[in-house]
Amino acid sequence: MDKEFNVLGKRRFSFIMTLLIMIFFYLPIAMLIALSFNSARQGVIWTGFTLKWYSVLFRDDEIWRAFLNTVIIALTSSTVATAIGVLSAIGIYWHNFRLKRYFQALIYTPLIVPDILMGVSMLMFFVSLRIQLGLFTIFIAHVTFSISYVILIVIARLEDFDYSIIEAAQDLGASWYQIFFKIIIPMIKPAIIASFLLSITLSIDDFVITFFVAGPGSTTLPLQIYSMIKFGVSPEINALSTLLIGATFIISIFGLRFRKLIFS
Amino acid sequence: MERTKRFLGFVLSFPGIIWLTLFFLLPTTIIVVYSFMTPGPYGGAYLPFTLKYYKMMITNQGFWILFMRTVVISVISTGICLALALPVAYYIATSKYKNFLLSLVIIPFWTNFLVRIFGWLVILGNNGLINRVLMYLHIIDKPVSLMYNQWSVILVIVYMYLPYMILPLYSSIEKFDFHLLEAAMDLGASRTKTIFSVLLPSIKGGISAGIVLVLIPVLGSYAIPDLVGGKDGAMLGNLIARQLTTARNWPLSSAISMIFLLISTVGLLVYLKFGEVRNRRNRVIYEDYIKEETNKIG
Repeated sequence: MDKEFNVLGKRRFSFIMTLLIMIFFYLPIAMLIALSFNSARQGVIWTGFTLKWYSVLFRDDEIWRAFLNTVIIALTSSTVATAIGVLSAIGIYWHNFRLKRYFQALIYTPLIVPDILMGVSMLMFFVSLRIQLGLFTIFIAHVTFSISYVILIVIARLEDFDYSIIEAAQDLGASWYQIFFKIIIPMIKPAIIASFLLSITLSIDDFVITFFVAGPGSTTLPLQIYSMIKFGVSPEINALSTLLIGATFIISIFGLRFRKLIFS
Repeated sequence: MERTKRFLGFVLSFPGIIWLTLFFLLPTTIIVVYSFMTPGPYGGAYLPFTLKYYKMMITNQGFWILFMRTVVISVISTGICLALALPVAYYIATSKYKNFLLSLVIIPFWTNFLVRIFGWLVILGNNGLINRVLMYLHIIDKPVSLMYNQWSVILVIVYMYLPYMILPLYSSIEKFDFHLLEAAMDLGASRTKTIFSVLLPSIKGGISAGIVLVLIPVLGSYAIPDLVGGKDGAMLGNLIARQLTTARNWPLSSAISMIFLLISTVGLLVYLKFGEVRNRRNRVIYEDYIKEETNKIG
């Protein structure tokens, strides 16, 4: 490493802090993984290795239903959010139209507003319009909070792009259709994949907003975990948590390739 | 040409504009309107308009206790996040293993929110890790209650939101020109002085982004105080939910939510202001560059 990076000394303090923070980050996760294989029904004392909580989990119909709901919502909402977001990002970035400033404000605000405000306002909105709460309302809510992230990611990608390429294509006689599908879409493909993955994670993870707009029969995995925590913990929850942690690791390995786009 | 472009931009953005107006702006407006209305017996909000629920909120002592607790918990948590994130972000930004360390920060951040809260219940609970270890070491002989107070809420909030602080700090430290530190030290500044007068002012943008990203969602916490806070750790978010679902008083619930709407608006303005400062500065540098180049040619 360049010596200029070490002007503040050997970085011993920041190294120890980083180490402690990493332990802090992974301790609860490691606990849950270990306990999911523990045969004791309760507590943290190790009484032997078992896979029985996984078999209990796999035979639980409620969990399967919640899992199915989560997958349906995640796939549909991220597809719709990505489609709408990509179009909007292109529109907002390249073209000046009268509502541009209004739209920009509309994109930034959902990123900042606390979840509870969004959940409460949507609940009141749906109930006032007499829309039955359920999978459909959860879908709408998830698309709404994902769109802003998609637009930001795609715009970040568009900023690296030279507009004169489009002008060149126009001069050479390309139609708007060709420009869109032959130039713009291939160019922003990494951003599209990144936003789709991020929308899926946001959707699978969301508890607060879903909690308010869910109705009977539309329980998702986070809602299921909530009720398991709140109304009596069974060891199944450790197994379920471990599976979700595993899924996160897999998605992360895919997603980290696009990290620069998501956190830039 | 210009007109086609303008038209196309509008057409492409149209679905997004409609969607966010319908499902974000309209529901938010509903909250504003409902906060001035009268509750129905089974929820809902009806005419006539009244200021009663704002008065009720302001004159209620219970509200002020929760409000102050929410502010104190949020400010302390954000402060702790900042203090912990600075050395970590500095270490990562100056490390050889940047990408690996960043991944280690991001993976727990992407792990399910409730799963991570549950992990802390397992550690802090009466039968949890800490109590067991302390009992094993004979420091205590009965489990002590570590949960359902303000400190457990702060601990879990810091755990959840620390990555939101580390990531913006990391990206501004990474862009920082480390020669400036060298220069300051060469000119005789002490380490502490260098950190506080050179490094920290230069990463102001990252610090303010981190504070906005942590403080505002934390003020609106619902799940964390609900699961680890109990009665003594409840926050405003829990009051809003209780007024909405149990008490079915929509106007009061909306009036309390208006606090969050105000805070978010302020946060957004701070965020946009710093963003604009950055753009303006870039433009100045760019214009200087163009001038210089033109002079050379001339």
